[in-house]
Amino acid sequence: MDRVWNRGEQDRQARLARARAAGLGRIVDAARIGELLRAVLVSGDRLCIEGNNQKHADFLAESLAQADPAHLHDLHVVQSNLALPCHLDVFERGIAKRLDFCYSGDQGLRMARLVKEGRIEIGAIHTYLELYSRYFVDLTPRVAFVAAQSADREGNLYTGPNTEDTPAVVEGTAFKSGIVIAQVNELVERVPRVDVPADWVSFVVKAPRPHYIEPIFTRDPANITEIQVLMAMMVVKGIYAPYEVARLNHGIGFDTAAIELILPTYAESLGLKGKICRYMTVNPCPTLIPAIESGWVEGIHCAGSELGMEAYTAARPDVFFNGPDGSMRSNRVFCQLAGHYADLFIGSTLQVDPEGNSSTATASRIAGFGGAPNFGCESRGRRHVSRPWLKAGLEAARPAGGTMPRGRKLVVQMVETFREKMQPTFVEKLDAWKLMDEFGLDLPPVMVYGDDVTHFVTEEGIAHLHRCATVAEREQAVRGIAGYTPVGLARDHAAVERLRERGIVQRPADLGIDPRLATRDLLAARSIKDLVRWSGGLYDPPRRFRNW
Amino acid sequence: MEHLVFEFGPFPDRPRPAASVIVGVVGSGNLEALCEPAPLGGRLRVEVNSSVHGFGKTWEAVLGDFANRVRTPDLLVTINDAGATPAVVGLRLAQAAAELGVA
Amino acid sequence: MSEGYLEATARQRVARFFDAGSVHEWLGPTARVTSPHLAELGLPVAFDDGVVVGRASLGGRPVFFAAQEPKFMGGAVGEVHGAKLTGVLLRAARDRPGGVVLLLDTGGVRLHEANAGLVAISEIQRAVFEARLAGVPVVAVCAGSNGCYGGLGIVARGCDAIVMTEEGRLSVSGPEVIEAQHGVEEFDARDRALVWRTMGGKHRYLLGEADALVADRFESLREAVTPFLGGARPLDLDAVLAEHGALGRRLARFGGAPDSLDIWSALGVKEPARVPMLEPAPFVAMAAPLRERADA
Repeated sequence: MDRVWNRGEQDRQARLARARAAGLGRIVDAARIGELLRAVLVSGDRLCIEGNNQKHADFLAESLAQADPAHLHDLHVVQSNLALPCHLDVFERGIAKRLDFCYSGDQGLRMARLVKEGRIEIGAIHTYLELYSRYFVDLTPRVAFVAAQSADREGNLYTGPNTEDTPAVVEGTAFKSGIVIAQVNELVERVPRVDVPADWVSFVVKAPRPHYIEPIFTRDPANITEIQVLMAMMVVKGIYAPYEVARLNHGIGFDTAAIELILPTYAESLGLKGKICRYMTVNPCPTLIPAIESGWVEGIHCAGSELGMEAYTAARPDVFFNGPDGSMRSNRVFCQLAGHYADLFIGSTLQVDPEGNSSTATASRIAGFGGAPNFGCESRGRRHVSRPWLKAGLEAARPAGGTMPRGRKLVVQMVETFREKMQPTFVEKLDAWKLMDEFGLDLPPVMVYGDDVTHFVTEEGIAHLHRCATVAEREQAVRGIAGYTPVGLARDHAAVERLRERGIVQRPADLGIDPRLATRDLLAARSIKDLVRWSGGLYDPPRRFRNW
Repeated sequence: MEHLVFEFGPFPDRPRPAASVIVGVVGSGNLEALCEPAPLGGRLRVEVNSSVHGFGKTWEAVLGDFANRVRTPDLLVTINDAGATPAVVGLRLAQAAAELGVA
Repeated sequence: MSEGYLEATARQRVARFFDAGSVHEWLGPTARVTSPHLAELGLPVAFDDGVVVGRASLGGRPVFFAAQEPKFMGGAVGEVHGAKLTGVLLRAARDRPGGVVLLLDTGGVRLHEANAGLVAISEIQRAVFEARLAGVPVVAVCAGSNGCYGGLGIVARGCDAIVMTEEGRLSVSGPEVIEAQHGVEEFDARDRALVWRTMGGKHRYLLGEADALVADRFESLREAVTPFLGGARPLDLDAVLAEHGALGRRLARFGGAPDSLDIWSALGVKEPARVPMLEPAPFVAMAAPLRERADA
């Protein structure tokens, strides 16, 4: 029997024909979006919705949520971020059933409820790189909703600074006979540059309002505390300096913002300029401006952009990845890869257990992983040598009887021992276990595994976990910097003292840091306005951050 | 409000505080600590007024470490607390110790 | 040591604003004159109930002062806090120092002590007039992160002079209250650019309500306050009538303006949209000849 080898293409042509029959051309009027979706979507389709960390194809998602579930149902959604109510309306209304995703932060509670009610069937919760990979394996979308800044009449798309996941989504879809529908902020005669060629795009809709972009990488320096400054000093003097960390990724948070803001001041006083923080893979955080302007950071590749930073990034083409048109182009896949193979990752977390496993999972909400595990993990596929990687590798305790040396990526977790409302960060058992039971997951959702972590930093000091030979040693090292939490108070004092003698646990005093000198005066910028001044007026903060 | 009292020492071998000192502000996640000389038979006494309940053991551990570090006799420390973590408590007490000249 | 006033605590502000070594505090923390109401509500007290009062000197001239602690209950006025403010002003009326400097940083009345707080505001207002009638100038500095809101916003306008920074705000109702009462279309409290345009130091200076607009630095604020300690403004019928005349003129000129940008435009400001981005010195150079004056 002859097998048909182009089923996908035939199906695509049938959908396009239905759209033509309905009188819909390549450029579709926003008022006719319902008709377009009825023509090109089929029940049971695998649909990718952008769904990025920051930008969202919100008009298309909202329009989908208004479909009639009697005609369109059982969609399988693959989406990296579920952030807007309409993303879950689609499930609540019975239009979609199955979901493969990465992150649902703010929608975590509602997601949990819908899962319990049987309205969402989760395929798997992924990290970003895993989901993007599966677009090219077994989760290839049939239809994709993307968001772009502009399109020309032919359908070429400009995604600009917030390109993010679009290249991965479009490539996976367009090259398996899929249908790409793009919502744009404006239609133009000529796009500034072609980020997605018209050949790959089936339909373009000018949305009634610009697509939503979330400013998640802006941290107001006014909110950085003295404790965060102290921990930043410890990271700079106790880790960046001795390991000569030049290539790194900062997870988003006030802790890392504090590090960025003490580079031109404290790190400068230690003579570290030119030795550390030269290349970063991270979004264009406004708190990086002073370090960039002072000549610390030579290059930054970004996963996405950040609201208000468009003019600044465009004015610094030697630092950022800007196109011939002058505007930046971000790319989450490449940024995540660059971060995976960088020499250091540093980020924060909500809960840590005595083995050093950390999780942001809390009971009754399904939040997912995002991209942190891709950065916060040992990169065992790495072969090229750098000084930090080699030094950490040589220091690392080898498995008993092992003879082969290897390098080691620096994976640093930075947390205060207590969170708001006196909740301890360090716990005997992660809430992730409860979540596993509550939702019938195969494994507890762990963000960063203890055996991938090389260092923990708290206000009490630094624990060099990679140098611990056994789980028992690692446990005492963790307890040793867990301060006055019950986990910390349960430490074996003699064991911790021995670890301190070996330099596996270091207190601020051991690093020559006086906690009383950790004041906000060390911050190169203490307010959003200071950042604007540092940028020479190029940084244009969103309104919610202004106090002038 | 939870009212806790702790006494440490006596610490006969160190000088008494010369004057009163106040550090910190009673804002969310913060505290103020008033350190005054007082006739306590050489002991160091801490009175805590906190809007957060149930952390007696934690206070005892933090204040005990502070008392054993400074070992100041006849010192009364009165704390108004609005939910400061041990990290902040430690910082404020260190600032007080510096101002008292007993760091 | 930071030179900025905005982030400093009340005690830091007092220490750095007045002449070194000249500060003497009344009813300080060791006196433990605290709020009788907060414990009942499960809230911690502050030893000074959130305001530092006393005497000091400014450029050698003896003054009395009050400094509100912004982080304690949002600088809000309770019974004891209010009594300390009233007391320092009445004492000034009696002792006639060179002036009273009020470092205001407050959201208004402490709701937890509502009636006592409201009564306190009226007592403070009256005490300001007592001091002024006794020939003691009272200068308000509105440069803090809480702004100067509620009853103390009114009190500030009853002082001889107001010194502000662009970060400072002066008004009566807060942005959230206005939004809650009149809807987000009328006033979007999260549009902070709008909030500062409407209530912030630069607008108050252009409208003639703030007498000086300076950078957020202790030295600049000291320099701005000092000239107003020269002598109290007359508090007589002529002064009140002139003020009313100016308010009437303001209403006639700007009553129909939908936004501060329109007011600035009407005043003759060339590029109103750029006003928020100007540093204090160029702003004042531009605004001084154009601004609305109550005494003109």
